[in-house]
Parts: sequence; C-alpha cells; structure tokens
Amino acid sequence: MTTQADVREPASPAAANRRLVRRLSMGVAAMFAFGFAMAPLYDVLCQVTGLNGKTGGRVAAAQPVAVDAARTVTVEFVASLNAGAPWEFAPQVTRLQVHPGQFYQTHFLARNLTGQPLTGQAVPSVAPGPAARHFQKIECFCFTRQLFQPGEGREMPVTFRIDPELPPEVRTVTLSYTFFKLDDAGG
Amino acid sequence: MSTVSSSHDLEHGHAEPPRGLTRWLITTNHKDIGTLYLLFSLTMFFIGGAMALIIRAELFQPGLQIVDPHFFNQMTTMHALVMIFGAVMPAFVGLANWLIPMMIGAPDMALPRMNNWSFWIMPFAFTLLLSTLFMPGGGPAGGWTLYPPLVLQTGQAFPFVILAIHMMGASSIMGAINIIATILNLRAPGMTLMKMPLFVWTWLITAYLLIAVMPVLAGAVTMLLTDKFFGTSFFNAGGGGDPVMFQHIFWFFGHPEVYIMILPAFGIISMIIPTFARKPLFGYASMVYATASIAFLSFIVWAHHMFTVGMPLAGELFFMYATMLIAVPTGVKVFNWVSTMWRGAMTFETPMLFAIAFVILFTIGGFSGLMLAIAPADFQYHDTYFVVAHFHYVLVPGAVFSIMAAAYYWLPKWTGHMYDEKLGKLHFWLSVIGVNVLFFPQHFLGLAGMPRRIPDYALQFTEFNMISTVGAFLFGFSQLLFAYNVIQTIRGGAKATDQVWEGAHGLEWTLSSPPPYHTFTTAPEVK
Ligand code: HEM
Ligand SMILES: [Cu+2]
Repeated sequence: MTTQADVREPASPAAANRRLVRRLSMGVAAMFAFGFAMAPLYDVLCQVTGLNGKTGGRVAAAQPVAVDAARTVTVEFVASLNAGAPWEFAPQVTRLQVHPGQFYQTHFLARNLTGQPLTGQAVPSVAPGPAARHFQKIECFCFTRQLFQPGEGREMPVTFRIDPELPPEVRTVTLSYTFFKLDDAGG
Repeated sequence: MSTVSSSHDLEHGHAEPPRGLTRWLITTNHKDIGTLYLLFSLTMFFIGGAMALIIRAELFQPGLQIVDPHFFNQMTTMHALVMIFGAVMPAFVGLANWLIPMMIGAPDMALPRMNNWSFWIMPFAFTLLLSTLFMPGGGPAGGWTLYPPLVLQTGQAFPFVILAIHMMGASSIMGAINIIATILNLRAPGMTLMKMPLFVWTWLITAYLLIAVMPVLAGAVTMLLTDKFFGTSFFNAGGGGDPVMFQHIFWFFGHPEVYIMILPAFGIISMIIPTFARKPLFGYASMVYATASIAFLSFIVWAHHMFTVGMPLAGELFFMYATMLIAVPTGVKVFNWVSTMWRGAMTFETPMLFAIAFVILFTIGGFSGLMLAIAPADFQYHDTYFVVAHFHYVLVPGAVFSIMAAAYYWLPKWTGHMYDEKLGKLHFWLSVIGVNVLFFPQHFLGLAGMPRRIPDYALQFTEFNMISTVGAFLFGFSQLLFAYNVIQTIRGGAKATDQVWEGAHGLEWTLSSPPPYHTFTTAPEVK
C-alpha cells in the first residue's frame, strides 16, 4: 500500500493518477501473462512430480539398475479412444507380471476403420499417480504421431520397465492410452 | 455545498448536466454513471431471473415439459453469466461510483472519462452475449465454468461468447483501476486509510482482486479460442495439452471471483448495521484485516472446486485445510456484526431487515461451504444440488440482499425522497420467505443425490423440487415490488432529510438529499 506522504504530496493529482494507472496496468498485463505461464508451469510440475498420471518422455536405456526379482508388480494395460476417433484400438495382453528393474515389451493393436489416411496420437496416463514417475519407457508408439493408411492395422510396441524405487505399497500399476485423431487444425 | 469549480482539472466545467439522452451517453459524472450501472444491473437481474424461472418451471415436475434439454442447458449457463457479470458485479460498481467519492470527500472518480467507457462497454457486451441465444446452435450450454472439451462444442456462438467475456473483463478491470486511483489519490485531507468507511475498504481490496484475476480469466478464454480456431493444444490432450489445466486456471480466477462478489457486500452490511443499532461498528480494524486475509486466502483455495477431478492426497489435504482457514476471518466478521447489534438501540427499517437477514442466511451458506470443503465428503456432494444450495445462499440472501439493503439505505440520499417503507417491508418479507422456500430444499435434494444442471430427475426428488419452484416464483415476482418501489421513489415521495437516518454517520450524510450534481469540489475537512 502506498504511504500517505507518497500519494498526498505529488505535483498534480493528474500525474499521481497517471503513475498509478501505469503501475496497475502493468499488474494487469503481468497477470494476463501469468495465465499463459501456467500452461508450461503446469506441464513441468506434472512431469516432475508425476501428478495427474503424466509419465515422462523417453528414458535413456543405458542406465542399468538391479532387477528386483523378489518383487512382482502387476501392470495392467488399458486402451481407449477419444470421442470421434475412428480406430479399433486394444492392448495385445491386458496384464503382465513384472519384476522391477527389468525391461518388458508389449504391443497395442490399432486399425484405421475409415477409407482415408489418418494420423493419430496416443496419450499415456499411469495410475496411481505416484507410480507415474517410476514407469519408464524406452520405446513407445506414443512418442510420435502414427500415420495409418486406409484400413491399415498394425501392432505398435512399447518397451518399459518399472523403477525399483516404486513405493512398496503399490502392487498394481495401470498404463492407459487414449488414442486421439489429429485433424489439420488439432495440432 | 458549493458547486463552483475554479481550478479542478476534471473533465466537466459546467455545473448543470446537459439534458436529454446525450447526457447519459457522454456523462463523466460519477453519480450519473453510478445510476447507469445500477439501472443496468436491475435490468440484468430481471433478465437473469426470467431464465431462472424457466429453469425452475421445467424442474417443477420430473420429465421434460416446457423446454428441450439443450435449451435448458443454455438457460443454466446464461443465467449464471448474466447474474454474475451483469447483475451482481455491475451493481457493486454502481454503488462504488455513487458512494466512494461522497464517502471520502472526493469531487468525482479519479478517471472520469475511463469511467464512462467502463460502463458503456457493458450494454454492448451483454447484447452480444444474449444474442448468442438466437445463433445457429444456440448460446453456450456447457455451464458458466466453460470447461473444455464440452464448451468447444458450442455452435457459432462460441467466439461471440468469448468476445463478450473479454468485454466484461475489460470493463471490470477499468472500473477497478478507477476505484483504486480514486481511493488512493482523491481522499480529502484527514481521511486516512484507517478512517475510511468499510465500504471503501472492502472495495479497495476487491479492486485489487479484480486486477489480479480478471486477466487470468481473459487468458483462459483466449486459450479456449485458440484451441478451437488456431490449432493450439492448451487443453487438448491429443496435442499434448490437458483439459484439467483449464479447471486450474479457471478456478484460480473463479474462487477470488466469488469473493469479489461478497467483499463489497461485507462493506455494505458493516455500514448499515451500526446505523440502525446506533452504535459504532464493533472491531473496525479487525474488519479491515479480516477482509485483507480473506482476499489473500482466496488465492490458495481454488482446487476445492476440483476435489473429485483427481489430485494427490497432499493436494486434497492442503486445499481442504486452506479452505477451512477462510472460515476464521469470515467468522470474525459475523461476530463483529452480531457484537455491533448487541445491546444496541435497534430499529428495523427495511435496510436493517435485509442486513440482519444477510448475516443469518450468509452464515448458513458459509456453513454449507465448510461441509463442501471436507474433501472426502465433497466426493458425495460435488455437482449435486447441495452445491447449488450453497452458492445460492451466499449469493442471493448474501450478495443480492446486500445490494437491496444498500439501495433502500442510500436511495433517499440519491433521490431526495423516502421510499415507501410499508412496501419495502413487504418486499423484504416476501423475499426472505421466498428465498428460503426456494433454496433450503435444495440442500436435501443434493444430499439425496440429485445432480445439478439436469432438466429431468428421478421421481423421488419431486416434492422438494415442487417446493423449490414455488419459492422461486414467489421470490421472483416479489422483486417487481422492489422495482416499483425504486421507480416511485425516483419520481417523488416524502422529502428526505440530509441525514436521512437518525444513526447515520459519514461524509455522504453531510450533503443535501439529493446531493448537488458536483459535490466536494472543495475538499471537506475530516476530523
Ligand atoms: C466459508 C466460506 C466458503 C467455503 C468454505 C466455500 C466452499 C466451497 C466449496 C468447497 C465449493 C465446491 C463445491 C463443489 O463443487 O463440490 C464451493 C462452491 C461454490 N461457492 Fe463457496 N465457499 C464459501 C463461501 C462462498 C462465497 C462467499 C461465495 C460467493 C459469494 C461462494 C460461491 C460459490 C460458488 C458460486 C460455488 C460453485 C461454483 C460452481 O461450481 O459453479 N462460496 N464453495
Ligand atoms: Cu471456491
């Protein structure tokens, strides 16, 4: 808050008003920018903490960790389509028993049901949220856009491991993909 | 009070307003603009009210009787947008225009020309918003919270809705800048910050809230617009965005917004109760600090609207406790109002009746808010009629009652005429009965599981819905008495004295009733 002496004594009230309006407008501009800044901040927060089930991108394959053969974690696979995405989309297997630290590969099957070429993007999500950080993929069809010719169907691989740091109370991890149709405008 | 202006460099040199319609179009006089805002708000109150009656008429019985579901959804969305941005907020800005200069001994608002702009944007914004109802695909129907991806299914109306929201936002921001400049730069000598009437204090803090969050809303709706038309993916998961992020940004605006709609009401009530209890306000300084802490806390509780969306446990707990913390300064206020009345020489003129009803019924709304703040309980209450009951208790017998109390309280000052006290009391009693019959049963409906924003419902909810609809029509039609009383008071009536109310204190009551067109062109002396 401005002090008494600060606002009472200036040369003219008009000058004081101008100065105040300038400051407040800067506040408005800053808050407008802040709204947009929330987008990258939000992404960074989700990536770092794994809140919201967002998994990180590709991890470097060359960091071997000890396989914890004594522990078994169930990984479930779920596939769903965003509204209006004309694909058939399903996991090859719906669950795997895995040991933390070891790499596994599985596939998802997708088929373009239309007569046109289509581009799709799969968006992964891991539940429970705190497990997301410990779900490491070195290869995934979700890293890139997938182009399908008319009627084309194919198997798409994902290679992953569960980090042995996974909190001990987590016994089941669900990896879910939602397949989105990318139209020209939809980026 | 002299109206001769020798040196003041404000926009108007003349002592008398120009006549006719141009007076209102080009006016930079704070009293004229205040009147315009208040009349605009009253108009919007009736338009939004008509929408509410359509909603309640459809919900009188289960099944679909009167409107089709898509139109019903447009009504719930539009009702909220019209009432929030068209009725409640402009009413408070109108009161600020009329009262702040007279309360702090200023000749006018600090930026009179911008003031004219702030007002005249509003009729255009709302014409645009309301016109979307007639566009192909209808108006917005996804709820006032504009969540994507649903809101992106709006038809051709979509860009117009966004533009209308931008215009309202610009108007609010300009109004807020003006109010801050007036309060900080134009106080009469001796009017220190801690001598300011509470209405001025609460508006100062509200104006800062507006500046902090209206731009965030503008950003959020701009992102919606670019997602829909320019291929960005802020909220589109397929493109790497996240629709939940919209909810965070929206409620970062939305929760402070609900306090924007209640803080000036706190100010009004803190002016009225001392007058009719004939005692100074109990705990003036604590009222100021409580208002400031509510404003501060309002920035860190937004995700209580998102408990069910998915948050880590730590988040649920943080937002739960932070929300409950707000009840502390709010409780301080309620205790101060009650203590002001305690052993006062109370009389019960219409403004006081509305003020007392405010204290009781707002508190009920605060308690249901506390229930909703309990994260595990909110999983049951969220998106049910319990939430509808909660926010209508804080907004209708809260914000709206305070505006009516203010209208009755200051109308004799503004017009120079006393309003019809009998009619005012009748209006009060019908309103207070109507509002409770209307909203109290909605608590039970919500607890029993009736979802909000649906045109049809399961049979077991019928009775409470019927009661609620009867209350809605009672409340709605009683407001015609208010409009009638206000218009009659503007046109004539018993002469009001300068002080109007025996217990009224403050600079505005030292002016004549009605006050001259220009007041305090030479600053008054404040002891
Ligand atoms: C003690 C103070 C308050 C508390 C603890 C509180 C708490 C809450 C909570 C937890 C919700 C979310 C419920 C849900 O969606 O499941 C909510 C909704 C709401 N509150 Fe409050 N509230 C308080 C005061 C107020 C005030 C003063 C206002 C406005 C004047 C207000 C207006 C609203 C509105 C409009 C909504 C619903 C928004 C929507 O979903 O459309 N609340 N409140
Ligand atoms: Cu809130």
